[in-house]
Amino acid sequence: MRIGFYICHCGINIANTVDIEEVMKFASQLDGVVVAKDYRYMCSDPGQDLIEEDIKSLNLTRVVVAACSPRMHESTFRAACEEAGLNPYLFQMANIREMVSWTTDDKEAGTEKAKRLVAAAIRRVVLHEPLEARRESVAQAVLVVGGGIAGIEASLRLADSGKKVYLVEREPSIGGHMAQLDKTFPTLDCSACILTPKMVEVGSHENIELLAYSEVKDVSGHVGDFRIKITKKPGYVNASKCVGCGVCTEKCPVKVPSEFDMGLGVRKAIYVPFPQAVPLLYTIDRDSCWYFQKGTCRICERFCDVGAVDFDQKEEIIEIQVGAIIVATGYDVFDASKITPLGYGHLDNVITSLEFERIINSSGPSGGEISLKDGTAPTSVAILHCVGSRDENWNRYCSRVCCMYSMKFAHLVRERIPEAKIYELYIDIRAAGKGYEEFYNRVLDEDVTFIRGRGAQVTRLATNSEEEGKLVVVCEDTLLGIPRRIPVDMVILSVGLEPQKDAAGVARMFKLSCSDEGFFLEKHPKLAPVATATPGLYLAGACQGPKDIPDVVAHASAAAAEAMAMLDRGYVVLEPEKAVISEETCSGCRICLDLCPFDAINFDEEQNIAVVEEVGCDGCGVCVSACPSSAIVLRGYTDEEILAEVEGVLA
Amino acid sequence: MENPKIAIVLGATCAGCDYSLLDLPPEVLLDVLGKVEIVYWPTATDFKLEDLKAVPDGEIALTLYEGAVNNEENEELARISRQKSQNLLAFGACSCFGGLPGLANVTTREGLFRQAYLDAPSNESNGVTPLRVSTVDGHELTIPDTFDTVRALHQVVPVDYYLPGCPPPLDLIGEALTALVTGDLPPKGHVFGSSKSLCDECDRRKESKSIHELHGIHELIPDEEKCLLEQGILCLGPATRGGCGYPCVKMNLRCWGCMGPTPESIDQGANMLSALASVLGLDRETDLTDEAIEVLMKQVKDPLGFFYRFTMPTSLLKRAVRRNQ
Ligand SMILES: Cc1cc2nc3c(=O)[nH]c(=O)nc-3n(C[C@H](O)[C@H](O)[C@H](O)COP(=O)(O)OP(=O)(O)OC[C@H]3O[C@@H](n4cnc5c(N)ncnc54)[C@H](O)[C@@H]3O)c2cc1C
Ligand code: SF4
Ligand code: SF4
Ligand code: SF4
Repeated sequence: MRIGFYICHCGINIANTVDIEEVMKFASQLDGVVVAKDYRYMCSDPGQDLIEEDIKSLNLTRVVVAACSPRMHESTFRAACEEAGLNPYLFQMANIREMVSWTTDDKEAGTEKAKRLVAAAIRRVVLHEPLEARRESVAQAVLVVGGGIAGIEASLRLADSGKKVYLVEREPSIGGHMAQLDKTFPTLDCSACILTPKMVEVGSHENIELLAYSEVKDVSGHVGDFRIKITKKPGYVNASKCVGCGVCTEKCPVKVPSEFDMGLGVRKAIYVPFPQAVPLLYTIDRDSCWYFQKGTCRICERFCDVGAVDFDQKEEIIEIQVGAIIVATGYDVFDASKITPLGYGHLDNVITSLEFERIINSSGPSGGEISLKDGTAPTSVAILHCVGSRDENWNRYCSRVCCMYSMKFAHLVRERIPEAKIYELYIDIRAAGKGYEEFYNRVLDEDVTFIRGRGAQVTRLATNSEEEGKLVVVCEDTLLGIPRRIPVDMVILSVGLEPQKDAAGVARMFKLSCSDEGFFLEKHPKLAPVATATPGLYLAGACQGPKDIPDVVAHASAAAAEAMAMLDRGYVVLEPEKAVISEETCSGCRICLDLCPFDAINFDEEQNIAVVEEVGCDGCGVCVSACPSSAIVLRGYTDEEILAEVEGVLA
Repeated sequence: MENPKIAIVLGATCAGCDYSLLDLPPEVLLDVLGKVEIVYWPTATDFKLEDLKAVPDGEIALTLYEGAVNNEENEELARISRQKSQNLLAFGACSCFGGLPGLANVTTREGLFRQAYLDAPSNESNGVTPLRVSTVDGHELTIPDTFDTVRALHQVVPVDYYLPGCPPPLDLIGEALTALVTGDLPPKGHVFGSSKSLCDECDRRKESKSIHELHGIHELIPDEEKCLLEQGILCLGPATRGGCGYPCVKMNLRCWGCMGPTPESIDQGANMLSALASVLGLDRETDLTDEAIEVLMKQVKDPLGFFYRFTMPTSLLKRAVRRNQ
């Protein structure tokens, strides 16, 4: 055994709290070490050259570098070993920066800990075996899950570059929340006007296979070769025949509240969610259709000239293979009825922001008319910020878009009802974005009353004649330091953005992690905002955290770019650190079978043993620690290697 | 040619291993007895230590040492056995891993005496604990000193073969003795038993190990066809070397683990603990709080006695940490 040991100063990062000389002296006396050197920056070219030259001239068989975290530079040093003809897995790194020098100012203690970590790495490296990484080709297609603006943007970017895209949307139409919005801050362009062209493009793009009214049922495989099962729900209308004339909807006798209009308008049992829907394919909602519920009707079938209605349509399972996945499942809004004092759900004319978007929309249920329950126009409106956000009881985070859309609402109300009294009840105004502060100033000039204080209660109990027949918003004006009661006709609750209700389930299926709030977790909050811990799996849009449309579009484009780069490279490197089950030792107890988060363990009934599918294995080690027979070994992390490390630390 | 000599030596043992020798089917027992010469077996006839000491070094073909090493006498016997024998076999769980006596390693000699002679509600020792030297009717008597730490045989002298079990399974004893008389002993270091865990031979139906409720065997009558662990009964079979023919499991009792760890395992108890922790509450794993996990794991009564019943001295734990007074 001929071990080369190298220690890095990392400028002064390590050298200030670790006595480099002493650690070097210590290491040079350990079993097998034939050379010990230091350098200011081991990761630099001269640093790497040091290793490469020694491997060649001293015939080193193992290399240990004591420096920063292996996450930073393990691959750098492995590459240097390989360059000099040494198998890259005969290398080990001791982290004496993040784990030592950055944790203490005490040089004596730091030096002692560094020595122990070095001893651990040196004892371990002796047991290393040469390993080989594998190269696998990448399927030239991408799955995009969710057809909001994020999914739309990512799909178009990929499709335009010539990549095959499967876009799965669970609703009958793509568009997501943006399709429900009226105007968008800060420029006030009409949401539909900028979104519809993109939706149409998705629908007609030769590289995009749009799977609406569909859901991903199963995900297996790994980066470069994901196998996906998709359930296409039956809409009972034949897509190749339907011409979108809409006569079915006209004739259908069933009326139910429209989800798209937030229950403020009605739709039929056979419907498209909104006129600009893509695909423009009528869908029968089984739960409200009389034929499915009561056994008779089929009026739509009778009136459809092209014979597109097909009551026998069945659920369809589609299996596809893709190289990368972009999850763009968006957000849900906070349920305002949870905060009972705000009156939502039991007081008339208390509405949510998303309902207001539909009300103010000229193609919405009221044709854009702002009116109260009794049909009259409100003379005063209060907009309450931060409902469910920045609140210890609900969500502690800021939803980022509510201040801006609340001020957009003030502007839109002022436009429609010039004489109305408008109040904004805010905690802080968060207008950080291009043109946002300017928009805030513009609204300030539009005779809107800004009150700094969270709306605490909405009540009908009047304490004076002015409040009679009104909704009274109770709050503390924190600038004046007094409690206030503001009588108004209409209250808009600016509800925050939350993870989708089924986010945990989606996370499980795609092997995503969630942050504390439940949004999907990116690989690094600053440096890898679209990648995830699973290679080949990317995030786009509000499913990763609250965002406004410009940020969603940028985020989605970044996800598309990462997926594209991966596809274009054409291959993925599969690390050799995988679990291997010994046939001689596995007893077929089945303990490991349900544990693998990547579904990489199968059971061979004939031999009565469990088998790891190597390409699917992520090397997480879950099964290894669970196997009661110690029949599973993770290459590069054997019991012996780990024990040697522990002994090194304790020696 | 002379018949090979054998000896059967008793350390810290309950002598249950002896009884399984006698339980061997008559045809096997008589056949073997006719082909060996017994030079020492105090359980069967009146052998004295002097008889064993009198045998020239290296003359005994095979010594079966049963029991752990728990006091000076055990250790002396272990050393003499080694000296006199060509082959030394650790016979039974106590000899192989420390066995039940090994659980004494949760305390010290003093703690052990205190519990056994003073604190236990059933004792009648009138406050007296064993003394190494005592005087009775003017005669000075000594007894072997008890150790602080119980050890398995191989932790005291080099061992050639292992035959685990509590008691050792008859088939395996037959296999070992036949190997001796036919002159066909396996390579040194061999452990009589299967190379796989008990689940390999157990014919119960196995489906999914995702469980959340644990039951004692006194709490329900288990389905006789279905894996016990899958019914929430803590069967140690998955972490235990097979080869015993699973008599306990056949009787609808759980495996207690007396055959010790599987070949690749360095700690039977840790293996089973880790396996159990991996599957318990698996179906709602993502929703489990730390408290909920604790409630689940608290279902294991007497964890040490369950996971380390037979293997404490040879486990990674070995013994409780001795605090410096
Ligand atoms: C009241 C209100 C007003 C707003 N006004 C503005 C504004 O003026 N300007 C601005 O920039 N931003 C505004 N926003 C924010 C804007 O809505 C979001 O930035 C944007 O819609 C997020 O897009 P997305 O694609 O990430 O998510 P979403 O729009 O939520 O789209 C997600 C899509 O994924 C689908 N989906 C979900 N789960 C699955 C699944 N499991 N399988 C398949 N499909 C699935 C959904 O059906 C949906 O179509 C506003 C938000 C609110 C609440
Ligand atoms: S847990 Fe171990 S012994 Fe049991 S089936 Fe899996 S690999 Fe085999
Ligand atoms: S180490 Fe085991 S549990 Fe983890 S991915 Fe590989 S096979 Fe699955
Ligand atoms: S756990 Fe016990 S009962 Fe289940 S298969 Fe294994 S030995 Fe048999």
